[in-house]
Amino acid sequence: MTLSVQVRHRLGDFHLDAGFEAEGGVTALFGRSGSGKTSLVRAIAGLIRPDEGRIALDGDVLVDSKRGVFVPKHLRRFGTVFQEARLFPHLTVKGNLTYGRWFAPRDAVPERFDRVVNLLGIGHLLERRPANLSGGERQRVAIGRALLSAPRLLLMDEPLAALDDERKAEILPYLERLRDETNVPIVYVSHAVHEVAQLADRVVVLRDGKVEAIGPVSDVLSGPSLPTAANRREAGSVLAGVVEAFDPPHRLATVRLKSNMIHVPNATVEAGKIVRLHIPARDVMLATSRPEGLSALNILEGTIEAITADDEGMITVRIGCGGDIVHARVTALSGERLALRPGKTVFAIIKTVALDLH
Amino acid sequence: MDWLALSEEEVTAIRLSLLVSTVAVAASLPFGILVALALSRGRFFGKSILNGIVHLPLILPPVVTGFLLLILFGRKGPIGAFLDQYFGIVFSFRWTGAALACAVMGFPLLVRSIRLSLDAVDRKLEDAAGTLGANPAWVFLTVTLPLILPGVIAGMILSFAKSMGEFGATITFVSNIPGETQTLSAAIYTFTQVPGGDLGAMRLTIVAIAISMAALLASEFMAHLIGKRVNFE
Repeated sequence: MTLSVQVRHRLGDFHLDAGFEAEGGVTALFGRSGSGKTSLVRAIAGLIRPDEGRIALDGDVLVDSKRGVFVPKHLRRFGTVFQEARLFPHLTVKGNLTYGRWFAPRDAVPERFDRVVNLLGIGHLLERRPANLSGGERQRVAIGRALLSAPRLLLMDEPLAALDDERKAEILPYLERLRDETNVPIVYVSHAVHEVAQLADRVVVLRDGKVEAIGPVSDVLSGPSLPTAANRREAGSVLAGVVEAFDPPHRLATVRLKSNMIHVPNATVEAGKIVRLHIPARDVMLATSRPEGLSALNILEGTIEAITADDEGMITVRIGCGGDIVHARVTALSGERLALRPGKTVFAIIKTVALDLH
Repeated sequence: MDWLALSEEEVTAIRLSLLVSTVAVAASLPFGILVALALSRGRFFGKSILNGIVHLPLILPPVVTGFLLLILFGRKGPIGAFLDQYFGIVFSFRWTGAALACAVMGFPLLVRSIRLSLDAVDRKLEDAAGTLGANPAWVFLTVTLPLILPGVIAGMILSFAKSMGEFGATITFVSNIPGETQTLSAAIYTFTQVPGGDLGAMRLTIVAIAISMAALLASEFMAHLIGKRVNFE
């Protein structure tokens, strides 16, 4: 599956001029509010008609301003999950979930109802009305409703933005299961680094209506190309690995990366599971000799590959540790004192590491 | 209690009024929804003129509306002659004419009520239905219509009540023929014009009050039922 998007659109003073290509998996459209990510996803969904551009999915052209092609939203079969759940208040949860089924083409293979209901944990809500659901429950139903309409592509426009942190934490695992257990490609709009780090395979960074960076999540989230200072403070490395062992008394999981072992605290996982680690760059310290007598569990030896400075007096150091890339964000002053430069051998001391089930 | 017993003439007037009002509401409903849609959603030249024309019967003296109907829909009127010739529909001095007069008089109330509830519908829900594969017609039938149903029913009941009480336009357009165009209001008026007719007028007045109350209660009940069903997010 290849989604190719090239859109030029004007909304008052705002100019959107962005394009990207997405393969399967989760593609995140990332940027601060006003960067045009929502307009872009609305253009893909068919909710706005771009002034100029071309949108195609696997050669099926949905928009082509040159040829005057504009496929209306109901014929695109792009399931959309909005920031607000937008459930139909006059239907039960079950009625909402099955709504799209009536309009799906006969040859489409829809997700099985029971499977989606189980995946999202909404089996006990089926007879209820949307008004009687919590925000998190509503959003899960909205995701299920989109999924059950047999979509060719799932568009998610900041589905967690309207929820508090607890509700976000409640839904994120379902989104991960969705990514791993269904074959529907997802375009995920977000302004939160940790959501993108946890869910996305590829990231498209938007700024002022233009694409600033495109690439695999581990490259883009490493820092320098992130659009805001706040984002850069959250920047970090995303690493995939396999759980080697789990030590219940210490609640400590050992994850094998390409050539390193990482210990992850407070994570209950079975051995053999593929996981994704998110290591915030600000939580990585650097030492030029192997430190001793330190409480940190994870100390990786590696070689500096690149150093990028930003306008806040900070530098992002990219360290290759036998194939595993770790990023450290330290002050420029420390960089000078330690005489950091590409090619130098350093030890990365990882203070915290977050584990996401993959 | 003999004085309570309705005469045959009175029963005829009541039945005619119910028939005329029901037909008026039923026949004007599809047009009412279409016009409300155009006024609420449409962007076209002459929208305020359409709005004015729809609301005209509310402000014009009913006699003027009745006279205009007579000119337009009478046997020799441009629309009346056309309908008679091609469809065999005759309005003048028939109960159908009374229904037309009532429909026209109740139309502003019907349209207004539907339009207000259309304005209140969250268009985002319609967008969501569209992305789920529903074409505009299905979106209207499965999302918009259920959401505006309370407004539609309120409009129907207002229009029905207006029809039951309609007098001026009806009597001007189709006169006051017992058994054909003599509705409840016209019958009460007739009773008050003859000596000793007070008792008959009183009986019909009681009936009019009973029907109005029943309509009002029915609307409250419907609103209650729908309110239970439709809980806005």
